[in-house]
Amino acid sequence: MQPANLLLLTLVMAIVAYGLGYARSRSLAMPMGGIRHLKSLPFYYGARAALWSGIPALLVLACWMAFQGKVIQLIVIGGLPEGLIPPTDGEASLLLSKISNVASGALPSGFVEAPIAEAAERLKALRSQSQFLMSALVISVAVLAGFLGWLRIRPRLNARAQVEAILKWLFFSCAALAILTTVGIIFSVAFETFRFFEKVPFTDFIFGSHWSPQTALRADQVASQGAFGMIPLFTGTLLISAIAMIVAVPVGLLSAIYLSEYAGKKVRGVVKPLLEMLAGIPTVVYGFFAALTVAPFISDVAATLGIEASSQSALAAGAVMGIMIIPFVSSLSDDVINAVPQAMRDGSLALGATQSETMKKVIFPAALPGIMGGILLAVSRAIGETMIVVMAAGLAANLTANPLETVTTVTVQIVTLLTGDQEFDSAKTLAAFALGAMLFLSTLLLNVVALKIVRKYREQYD
Amino acid sequence: MTDQRSQAEIVRQSLKRRYRKERRFRAYGIMAIAIALGALIILFTDIIGKGYTGFVKTTITMDVQLDGGMMYLDDPTDERQIKMADFVEPLVQALIKEIPGATEEDRKQVRELINPYASVTLRDALKNNPEWLNTTRTLTFLTHTDVDVYVKHAGDGAYSIKLNEQQRAWVDDLLERNVVDTSFNNVFFSGGDSRDPSKAGIVGAIVGSLLTMFVTLILSFPIGVAAAIYLEEFAPQNRFTDFIEVNINNLAAVPSIIFGLLGLAVFINLFGMPRSVPVVGGLVLSLMTLPTIIISGRAAIKSVPPSIREAAEGIGASKMQVVLHHVLPLAMPGMLTGSIIGMAQALGETAPLLLIGMVAFIVDVPDGFFDSATVLPVQVFLWAGSPELAFIERASAAIMVLLTFLISMNALAIWMRKRLERRW
Repeated sequence: MQPANLLLLTLVMAIVAYGLGYARSRSLAMPMGGIRHLKSLPFYYGARAALWSGIPALLVLACWMAFQGKVIQLIVIGGLPEGLIPPTDGEASLLLSKISNVASGALPSGFVEAPIAEAAERLKALRSQSQFLMSALVISVAVLAGFLGWLRIRPRLNARAQVEAILKWLFFSCAALAILTTVGIIFSVAFETFRFFEKVPFTDFIFGSHWSPQTALRADQVASQGAFGMIPLFTGTLLISAIAMIVAVPVGLLSAIYLSEYAGKKVRGVVKPLLEMLAGIPTVVYGFFAALTVAPFISDVAATLGIEASSQSALAAGAVMGIMIIPFVSSLSDDVINAVPQAMRDGSLALGATQSETMKKVIFPAALPGIMGGILLAVSRAIGETMIVVMAAGLAANLTANPLETVTTVTVQIVTLLTGDQEFDSAKTLAAFALGAMLFLSTLLLNVVALKIVRKYREQYD
Repeated sequence: MTDQRSQAEIVRQSLKRRYRKERRFRAYGIMAIAIALGALIILFTDIIGKGYTGFVKTTITMDVQLDGGMMYLDDPTDERQIKMADFVEPLVQALIKEIPGATEEDRKQVRELINPYASVTLRDALKNNPEWLNTTRTLTFLTHTDVDVYVKHAGDGAYSIKLNEQQRAWVDDLLERNVVDTSFNNVFFSGGDSRDPSKAGIVGAIVGSLLTMFVTLILSFPIGVAAAIYLEEFAPQNRFTDFIEVNINNLAAVPSIIFGLLGLAVFINLFGMPRSVPVVGGLVLSLMTLPTIIISGRAAIKSVPPSIREAAEGIGASKMQVVLHHVLPLAMPGMLTGSIIGMAQALGETAPLLLIGMVAFIVDVPDGFFDSATVLPVQVFLWAGSPELAFIERASAAIMVLLTFLISMNALAIWMRKRLERRW
């Protein structure tokens, strides 16, 4: 049975369990003289039965789905004849994709060696067996657990307390998923990063000023050994982020000030949603705009001025990224400015200061820590932004501060290294994870500091 | 006396300057807003200007003589024959007849005006209507992409026209006689991706997006609501709860591409799930949107006044009953609004999906959660990267479709906030 249908069936079975539990509690109560002799309402007996039936079945389903792919792969690879078992993970994944292509019919089995065709047959068989076993197991778990739950219904049973306890645990595990996600991120990135540092020394990565991840595919190939110095990537990222902030901070801040201090209610009501619209536009659209409109425009303008500009200049990517970040800066500064107590405003105005003087000399200094926090958050957003730079910035890792030249960024390299065919244990792919680790650490640091500043600032005026 | 006068004088003299400063400051603010809104307008006009032609297709209508001898076909119901038959020849002959002055010698140039897929269209038509054999039918086909580009962008310097002088003259003539015509591009809304821009559609990407969004929604909404309830109503004030909160706040600010790395390392490499399928995409996107949904859910729960809780507790409801029967229904509109906004974000997200392989070239419309698929923003990315300007036009058109989805989702959220949210 298809997993989606199985999921649906599990839900249906839980509903049936609910009905049966409900009916049983009533039928137990009737001879005693009505449901007031039950410890809980019939609803809770039904809900208890449904939870008993549904939760174990869903857990089994989730675990099976999570591990079946890997287990089947291992069995298929293990079943190959001695000479064909691939020595490395990379070759194994290539072989596996070949086998699954044969199995799905994309590659006719006549085109491959006999053992591969056999493996493909085995893969097909294993897949259908796995699906059958999974269906059987999930259904029997649901029925059995539901039956046990149903059997245990007694009038003295406090079903409500049990249901509530289960629900509370469910809610807790959902909240704890956030921790699991963080742990997952850290482990998945850290593990590959350590493997990368086994191949490339840590100092070469951190202090190297040359980035060219092309490694030789064959031993006899005349190719560069691959250089993994991340300095040009980080300077490129910083250059583009800096351009973005030069655009976003003044525009965002000034529009926030105007909207919160000067604009009437009507203007605010129109302009604010429009500004927020900028934040809702997908980054791929900004990337499209940067690559196909802004970048050619900049290189044309530069050409008429007699300056040479690359068609993938850092300026184009940075400026468009700045536009994307404007609403981010403006809404954060808006919050912060509004949090400054009205009394400070009134005091300043009463002394005869103009509105702009009040803003510049009283409110802005008071709001500065909060605004700095907001800007730091915006910087972390700029550093991690991917699509705009993938589409509009280049691939060449130049160490330059000239905004008209091409630079590349950390995120661009992660995407380039990880899209398309890849072997999982080459230094090239592992480098992407190392870059991811650096990106995660730097944005995390910025976020933690920024959130701390913002929180402290809020407490100050609360 | 002079002292006092001069003080007032100083203030008065400075007033002008100060008011000027005030006006300047105000002007800066207006300028900033103008820049931001100007950027928005330029962005939209640029995309619409580049893409509206993507909604137009160029077709050619001609009398096609379906001569069995010419096609080497005498029984259209025979699978084998239909595979071997020549469906290009009747099209070329029909078009030569349509063009005054064209002869058998020009067949190569004439053939270049017809879409390579037109023969497939003809084959399918004949397969479905075997009785058409040896008759003459008036049929409509797509033109070649070069003709499409010429018809739509003849005067536009950005597009390079690949037709030669002779072909241009023919097309001009055919256009005048309405043999070649433009109409609404229904192909764009009825098929998957293609190597041929005229044949490329976004249905595959839309279905992929819908499947992915469905997985995201059924995972992230219940989990997000449950987590918000726990943190707001049940969590004890301790270090562990604080830790969860810090985690959620940080996850909300983690770059989306990091979630792609997580998906690649955990779901694909560790669990061995297939690449480029909606399930994995949905899993990754739901991890990404969860923090947004949790944060907005908590805000919604917080806004329910304590009097509701107290009243429910006062008549003997348990804590769980208070939450599920009273607080949650009142907080639901706020939670739904937050979730729609989170889903809109997920719908526009591209970067993490690139890493889990949803960038493959996929022609077929996906038919399940475990079928290879791509999504709308990734389709935009793929087309935008193409050197052919005809694809850029489609990318713009796809962006318009994507933005329509997003704007209607956000409008729905705003409407719900206005309509359903209660103020106390």
